Amino acid sequence: MLASASPDRRPRPSALLVAVAAIGVGVLVLPLVALLVRVPWPELPGLLASGPVLEALGLSFLTASISTLVCVVLGVPLAVVLAHADTWRTLPRRLLRTAVTVPLVLPPVIGGIALLMLFGRSGVLGPALAALGVGLPFTTPAVVIAQTFVALPFLVFAVEGALRGLDRRIEQAAATLGASRMQTFALVTVPTVGPAIAAGAILCFTRALGEFGATITFAGSLPGVTRTLPIASYLALQSEPGDAMALAVVLLAVSVLVLLVLRDRWAPGITR
Amino acid sequence: MKRLLRVAAMAIGASALLSACGGATPDADQEGLGTITVLAAASLTESFDALAAEFERSHPGSHIMLSYGGSSGLAQQIVAGAPADVFASADEATMSTVDEAGLAADPTPFASNTLELVVPVGNPGDVNGIDDLARDELVVALCDPAVPCGAAAVRLLDLAGVAAAPDTLEQDVKAVLTKVTLDEADAGLVYVTDGRAAGGEVEELAIDGADEVRNRYLITAVDGGPNPRGAAAWIAFVTGEMGREVLADAGFGEP
Repeated sequence: MLASASPDRRPRPSALLVAVAAIGVGVLVLPLVALLVRVPWPELPGLLASGPVLEALGLSFLTASISTLVCVVLGVPLAVVLAHADTWRTLPRRLLRTAVTVPLVLPPVIGGIALLMLFGRSGVLGPALAALGVGLPFTTPAVVIAQTFVALPFLVFAVEGALRGLDRRIEQAAATLGASRMQTFALVTVPTVGPAIAAGAILCFTRALGEFGATITFAGSLPGVTRTLPIASYLALQSEPGDAMALAVVLLAVSVLVLLVLRDRWAPGITR
Repeated sequence: MKRLLRVAAMAIGASALLSACGGATPDADQEGLGTITVLAAASLTESFDALAAEFERSHPGSHIMLSYGGSSGLAQQIVAGAPADVFASADEATMSTVDEAGLAADPTPFASNTLELVVPVGNPGDVNGIDDLARDELVVALCDPAVPCGAAAVRLLDLAGVAAAPDTLEQDVKAVLTKVTLDEADAGLVYVTDGRAAGGEVEELAIDGADEVRNRYLITAVDGGPNPRGAAAWIAFVTGEMGREVLADAGFGEP
């Protein structure tokens, strides 16, 4: 769906389109260039090595890694079911697709409120969790839950797209050779869409790394426990703008690096 | 191509129209004061909302546009060039950020505030005083020390000799209050005015010696703001009789 269109004989875009496109590029790139211009580069190593920045950095990479893992474990089966949902009736199929899409378009703060309503102390599951001695809000696991909530759709859609492009005959061949459905899935399907899983996981990771709204609402903000890079950056802006910019550079660098690495290697459809 | 050009022309026309409507500059020929943009500390929310309604009633043709947040964040916005007419901060330190940037025309004290403990209705954590904030098993919400309510909390806890065990450090006082109102935190330190504004949604506990740590609220016109005439009128209103009355009702102290 994303990669298949062949671009060879398309007419060259008109000058007007190119001019407007240039404005579009400016809208996307100029703010980031301005950020790079204003970063106190000489002080950057010192800022990055400072306690609060390192703490936020470590926490963000830890939580984003765990939530990416959770996304893969939950998201691949979900993508398989979603790709298979074409055989369903319209209503359940649309409901499932909407459920997976909503976190993509929902303001993350709303997601955070919803998570509080579910897992919070007076939330729907709160009393049951409390009986088990579990309190989620304001803990590092809450950060992971918030990140998983916003990042999961990225993995599901990346893998689902690949599954749709898959040659079903390979799976059928495996079945005729006596493989069970689970064996076919584990030994044939997963390796074939492996690149898409990797691409989806990387998108998940960058989205989780950038998560702000759901995290600050559901998990709060405590250094070393729940104060991730974006939250630390936002707070630092109020008192230590230099710190905020150091954090911003890290986030930006990671995102750009990840997308450059993604290029061609795994997901020609997502990053050409 | 032709159709494309027409669409482009329409888009340009529409944006020209929009910018013509969007101008916030007050029309000198009109009686009204136009739009007055006020950035104010989150703890002023209820008082300034009430005062703005009163002001707009008594000054036809005026519109108070209020933006609330942590004072430090608002100060940074003003320094970064946000088109504000008035800034009202919850302490002197944040006001000095704007002052040092040469943007605070005339900072004037207009109110003061102290801290109190708030707990969810029913007091699930059995909190009796500021000492309880050190109890590890309680979920404690405080303001981050980077914002005025957090700076005040640090000073008060120091004075009381309490090593608090916070579970979250929020970006403004209303966020602390929300965590307690939602029953997600067992206790929080907020301004007396916030506890009162929450009505019956939280229980308030006065702190012995809270008077020792008093935040002074300052208000100023922002130099170079788009509506200086409106700014002056709003500041006179807030520091005048009506303003003092509303602020006192909300629980604010004398400046």
